[in-house]
Amino acid sequence: MDLALAPETLARWQFGITTVYHFLFVPLTISLAALTAGLQTAWVRTEKEKYLRATKFWGKLFLINIAMGVVTGIVQEFQFGMNWSAYSRFVGDIFGAPLAFEALIAFFFESTFIGLWIFGWDKLPQRIHLACIWMVSLGTILSAYFILAANSWMQHPVGYRIDKARGRAELTDFWAVLTQNTALAQAFHTLTAAFLTGGAFMVGIAAYHLSRRRHIREMKTSLRLGLVTVVIAGLLTAVSGDTLGKVMFKQQPMKMAAAEALWDGQQPAPFSIFAYGDVRKGHNTVAVEIPGLLSFLANDDFSSRVPGINDVNKAEQQRFGPGDYRPNIPVAFWGFRWMIGFGMSSFALGAAGLWLTRRKFLLPEHLRVGEDEVPRLVLFRRKALGENLTRWYWRLAVWTLAFPLIANSWGWIFTETGRQPWVVYGVLRTRDAVSPTVSQTEVLTSLLVFTALYAVLAVVEVRLLLKYVKAGPPELTEADLAPPTRIGGDSADADKPMAFSY
Amino acid sequence: MQLHDVWFVLIAVLWTGYFFLEGFDFGVGVLTRLLARNRPERRVLINTIGPVWDGNEVWLLTAGGATFAAFPDWYATLFSGFYLPLLAVLVCLIVRGVAFEYRAKRPEERWQRTWETAIFWTSLIPAFLWGVIFGNIVRGVPLDRHFEYAGTLGDLFNPYALLGGLVTLTLFTFHGAVFTALKTVGDIRRRARGTARWLGLVTAVSAAVFLVWTQADKGDGGSLVALVVAVAALVMALVANQLGREGWAFALSGLTVAASVAMLFLSLFPEVMPSTLDPAWSLTVTNASSSPYTLRIMTWCAAIATPLVLLYQSWTYWVFRKRIGIQHLAVDAAH
Repeated sequence: MDLALAPETLARWQFGITTVYHFLFVPLTISLAALTAGLQTAWVRTEKEKYLRATKFWGKLFLINIAMGVVTGIVQEFQFGMNWSAYSRFVGDIFGAPLAFEALIAFFFESTFIGLWIFGWDKLPQRIHLACIWMVSLGTILSAYFILAANSWMQHPVGYRIDKARGRAELTDFWAVLTQNTALAQAFHTLTAAFLTGGAFMVGIAAYHLSRRRHIREMKTSLRLGLVTVVIAGLLTAVSGDTLGKVMFKQQPMKMAAAEALWDGQQPAPFSIFAYGDVRKGHNTVAVEIPGLLSFLANDDFSSRVPGINDVNKAEQQRFGPGDYRPNIPVAFWGFRWMIGFGMSSFALGAAGLWLTRRKFLLPEHLRVGEDEVPRLVLFRRKALGENLTRWYWRLAVWTLAFPLIANSWGWIFTETGRQPWVVYGVLRTRDAVSPTVSQTEVLTSLLVFTALYAVLAVVEVRLLLKYVKAGPPELTEADLAPPTRIGGDSADADKPMAFSY
Repeated sequence: MQLHDVWFVLIAVLWTGYFFLEGFDFGVGVLTRLLARNRPERRVLINTIGPVWDGNEVWLLTAGGATFAAFPDWYATLFSGFYLPLLAVLVCLIVRGVAFEYRAKRPEERWQRTWETAIFWTSLIPAFLWGVIFGNIVRGVPLDRHFEYAGTLGDLFNPYALLGGLVTLTLFTFHGAVFTALKTVGDIRRRARGTARWLGLVTAVSAAVFLVWTQADKGDGGSLVALVVAVAALVMALVANQLGREGWAFALSGLTVAASVAMLFLSLFPEVMPSTLDPAWSLTVTNASSSPYTLRIMTWCAAIATPLVLLYQSWTYWVFRKRIGIQHLAVDAAH
C-alpha cells in the first residue's frame, strides 16, 4: 500500500489535525475563564460599571470560544477507540482512568456551571453567579491536568507493568501517573502558556479598540490585565519550559537532540540558532551556534556532554532491536524554534507594552492622561513615542494575539512528532497502535469529513468573534444592575422576559 | 459481585443517565420541526434545554471514558467496529453544540434558520443511530478471535437494529414532548401534550415489538421484569399525559427510558459484545475488563464524584424551574 495513504499515516494526520485544532480553543478557554472570572470579581467588589461591561464583553468571546472547545473535545474522547483500537486495548488499563476522571470530575463541572453562568444572570444572586464562573475556571484547569497526566504517561510511562498473558500494560501506581515529574512539568508549562495565550488575546483586542479610541475605559482595564497576564505567564512559561526541557533531556534524549539537530554528542554542546542538514547522512551542512548553551539547558552546566541523534539511535537499537528510532528532524528542529520564537515574541511585546503604558506615578505630569483617554506610550522618562511608532506598537500588539496560538500548536507538534516512532515511549510503537480492522477508506472518510467540517466551523467562529470584537462591550440594562436576590429569580412579574435567552 | 460486574452496572447507569437526559433534549430538537409552528415557538423549545444540554451530553463522554478505563477491549472493539455510524454521531454532536451556542449570536433570519435546521437533523440522526448501535451490541456482531469487528457496514443495518433505532427515535421524541409540556406555558404546552399522545402510541407499538424480540432472543428473568416495567411505565406515562399530570408523565417517560436501557444491559450480561461467529470470541465482563487495581481506583472516584454530579446537576434544573413561554424570550435575540 502506498505509504502516504497507509491507515497509520492517515490516522496520524487525523489525530494531528483534530488535536491541534482542538488545542487552539483549549488555552483560550482556560485563561479566558479565569480572566473573565477576575473581571466579574472586580465588578462584584467595586461595583464599577466598566468591570461589568468588560466581564460581559470578554465573557461573550469566551463563550464563542468554549463552544468550539467543547464540541471538538468530543472527538478527542472517541478517536482513540476509532483509529487507535490497538493502542486502546494495550494501554486502556492506565490511559482510560485519567480520561474517565476528566469526564466525571472536570467536564461535568465545566458544562453544568457554564449553563448556570450563561443563563443565570437573572436567576442567581450576584455572588452565587460569580461562583459559577470560578467553578467553570476550576473545571477547565482540572480537565487540563488529567489529560496532561495521561499524555505524560505516553511521554514517560511510569507506575505500570506489562501483563504478557493479556498482552497489555497494567496500572500498578496511579499516584505515580498523576504526580510524576513529567506530568507536573507539562501541566505547569501548558497552563502558563494558556495564560500567555489569553493575555495576548486580551492585549490584541484591547489594542485594536484603543488605537481607534473606542471603549476606552473598559479597554484600558483589559489592556492592563492582559499585559500583566502576558508578562507573568510569559516568564513562567519560559521557566517551566526550561524545567520541562531538562526533564525531557533525561527521559527522551532523542527528542531534544532532534530539537537541536545535534547529530553527534558533544561536550560542551552548542545551542543551534539555525541549521540545515542532510537527514540521510546524519549531519548538518550549515549551522549557526552558540557554544555551550545547550549543555546548560540540558544539565545546568555549560561544559557537560549532551548525546546526539546518532548516539541515541544506536543506544535505542541496542535496547529495542534494529530499526530507525529517529523522529522527523526538521519538524522537531523548526517546531521547537517556532514554539519558543512566537511564544517569547508575544512576551517581549507584552513586557514592552507594560513599560510603555506604565501608570502615572512613573510619568512626568505632562505625559499623564485622564481616565477616558488612551494612554500615551512613553519610552523614556520625558519622551513619548512618536506618532508612527505608536501606531506600529498598537499594530504589533494586535498581531501578538496570534503568536501564542502558533507557539502552542508548534509546541504540541514538536512534542508529539518528537516522540516518534513511539506512541508510548519505549513501550509501544505508533505503527502497532492503529486499528487493525478499520479500512483505509474509513480513515480517509473521517479525515476528510473532520477537516472539511473544522474548516467551515473555523470560518464561522472567526467571523462571529470578529463581529463581537468589533461591537465592543455592550450597554448595560436595568436588569444587569439589579441582580436577583433569590435563587431561581425574583418573581415580581411572571411574564417578565428572561435577561438572556437563545 | 466482583468489581468488573460493578462496573458493568455503572456503565449501564451512565448510559441510562445519558439517554434519560440527552433523550429529552434530542426529542426537543426533533420537536422544533414536529411541534413548533413558528420561529418564536422554536426559540421557546430551544430555550427549555439551553442551560442544560451541555451537561446532559457529558454523560456520554463519561460513559465513553468509563468504558475505556473499565473495559478497554469493549471500547476498542465498539468504536473501531462501528466506525462510520459513530463518525456520523460525532459529526452531529459537533454541529448540534455549535448550533445551540451560535444560533442566537446573529440576528439575520437566514443564519438562525440554518442553525435551526441543523438542530433538527443533528438531534434526529443520533437519536436514531444510538438505537441502531445498541441494537447491534445486544444482538451481537461478527467478532473474530482477536475480538476485532469482522463484519461490514451493511451488517449493522439489520432489521432488529433498525427497529432499535426507530424505538430510540420515537421514545426520545415522546420523552421530549412530555418534557416540553412540563417546561412551557401557553398554547405550545397544550399542543405538546397532544403530540406526546400520538408519539407515545407509536413508541408503545415499536418498543413493545423490539423489547419482546429482545426478550425472546436474549432475555432472562431479570430482563423480563425490566421489560414489564418499561411497558407499564410507558402506558402510565400516556395516562398521566392524558390527565395533564405533566410531572408524573415526565417521570414515567424517564422510567421507560431507564427500564429499556436496563433491559438491554440485563440481556447482555455477562457479555458486553457477543460475537455471532463463535461464542468463545465474545467480549465479556471478564475478558474485556481492566485490572482489579484500576477498577478499584475508578470505583472510589465514581463513588465520590457521582453523587456530587447528581446534586449539582439537579440543582441546575431547580434554578431553571420556571416554565417558559413566548413572552419570556429576550427581545434582542442577538445577545
